Order: sequence, then C-alpha cells, then structure tokens
Amino acid sequence: MAVNADFVGRTYPPSGPYAVDAAALTAFAEAVGSSDPVHRSAEAARAAGYRDVIAPPTFAVTLAQECDRQFIEDPEAGIDFSRVVHGEQRFIHHRPITAGDEVLGTLTVDTVRETGGHAMVTTRTELATTTGEAVCTSTSTIVVRGGE
Amino acid sequence: MGVRTLAQTAVGDTFGPVTLPVSRETLVAYANASGDQNPIHQDEDFARSVGLPDVIAHGMWTMGAAGSVVEEWAGDGGRVVEFGTRFTKPVVVPAGGGEVAVSGVVKALDEQTRRATVELTATSGGAKVLGRCLAVVQLD
Repeated sequence: MAVNADFVGRTYPPSGPYAVDAAALTAFAEAVGSSDPVHRSAEAARAAGYRDVIAPPTFAVTLAQECDRQFIEDPEAGIDFSRVVHGEQRFIHHRPITAGDEVLGTLTVDTVRETGGHAMVTTRTELATTTGEAVCTSTSTIVVRGGE
Repeated sequence: MGVRTLAQTAVGDTFGPVTLPVSRETLVAYANASGDQNPIHQDEDFARSVGLPDVIAHGMWTMGAAGSVVEEWAGDGGRVVEFGTRFTKPVVVPAGGGEVAVSGVVKALDEQTRRATVELTATSGGAKVLGRCLAVVQLD
C-alpha cells in the first residue's frame, strides 16, 4: 500500500504539552555517552548560563516522534510501521530544551516521494514552549520499504 | 572545560577518533530514555526474523553518540545549534557488544556569527554508518 500523498502540506494542531524534566535529560545523556555536566547538574548548567539542566543535541527527537504518531499511526496515511527505517534527521535549535519547559509540537507533513519501490516521507515538527518561545525545528525523513 | 572560542578554531582542525562502546545494555538504556522500544534494537531473534544480521543500534543512538563527541569538542552541550545526518548503514551490536568511532573536521567558519560547521564521520565494523553528518557549533 502506497503512502497517501494527500497528507502532504497538512499541519496538525499542536500536540502536548510535554513536560521536560531534568531526570529524563540526564538519562538520555547517559544513554548516548555524554559526560557534559550541563545535562546532569543544575549548578553546572547555571554556571554555563542556562536556567536549569539542558537537553543533549538529539533529545528533541523524543518529542518529535511523539508528535509524528498522529500521522504515522493514522491508517489513512498508509504507513506500515514494520517496514519503516529512519533515513535522515536534522535539528535546528533555537535555544536548548531546558528542564522545566512545557513543550508543544506542531507537526507538518512536508513531502512524500515514491522512489524505487520505497516511499520517503519527510515530516517537520516545530517545538515551542507553551508561552510561544521557539525551541527546536526537527525534520525527519523515514523510508517505508516496499514489499518484495 | 571551557567553551571553544573562534580564536581557538581553524578550518581543517580535526578531533577524534573517539571510540564509543555500544552494548545490548546501552540499547536498552537508549530505548528507555527515548521511548523507542522497537525490538530490532533489543531482541536478536526478532532482528534476524526481519532479515537483519543481528541486533542493530537505533540510528538515533548513533547520531546521539556523535552528538556527545561534538559537544565535548564544543565545550558545552548547548552550543550545538544545528545537527543533521543521514543514516547510511546500521551499527550491528552482537551479544559481546560493538563500537562506533567518531571523528570530526572543521569544514567552515563564519566569523560574523562565530559559528563552525563540523563534519562528523562515524564508523562501525569498518563501514561508515552516518552520511553527511554536519553540526553547527556556536563558538565564543
């Protein structure tokens, strides 16, 4: 089943808010082998000029993937998740995600391309605080492998 | 460790390779921290049943590990202002564990914005696992 190209250009209502807590940032930092104290110690983070513990550069994917679910899990989208691999990922950080943030994610389906029997689907999530401060633009391309 | 400055940085500067071990436990920790519980990253039998050679690391674990190396070079994890990659090959994680080697080279410097564009290379088992992996670092 092909991915439904009618979804291209669709922007969903904001999802969340997702509460960002220091423990989650520290666990993520440990899992990716980061030893930077700005992800662990509020004191170290404040000394570096941040309000509180900040997220590692790829943490935003956890929020973006939550937002993606509204599209990926929609049967109308035609995405067989068992055939999905991650093709490409990009983050533009407007400021670091910080413990205590309440983040909303606004998902847009940018492109759906069929190529060589596979579908390449690019989504973009604009992450911003509930007070409207932009924190991160996360762009993801997934590849839905065609059937044999 | 201080934040890297523009004066300390030149096009062509290199860092690494930094070798990061990755075990099955690493992937369970990443699954729990990220919420991505796809069994291809934890269950060897399941991974083989879908045609993979063994358990493979989450692509986002590998990107995150490369991020850890670039933030150490930057001197502050909040200085990685842009970060993008393609996932070109999986990192295979056998029961005894695997490893990823990450190195970087400064490709461009913008003196006005004090930003460095760094290209990262990540290899595992002799194969490049990330493609066009670029980070933009805000220098002091």
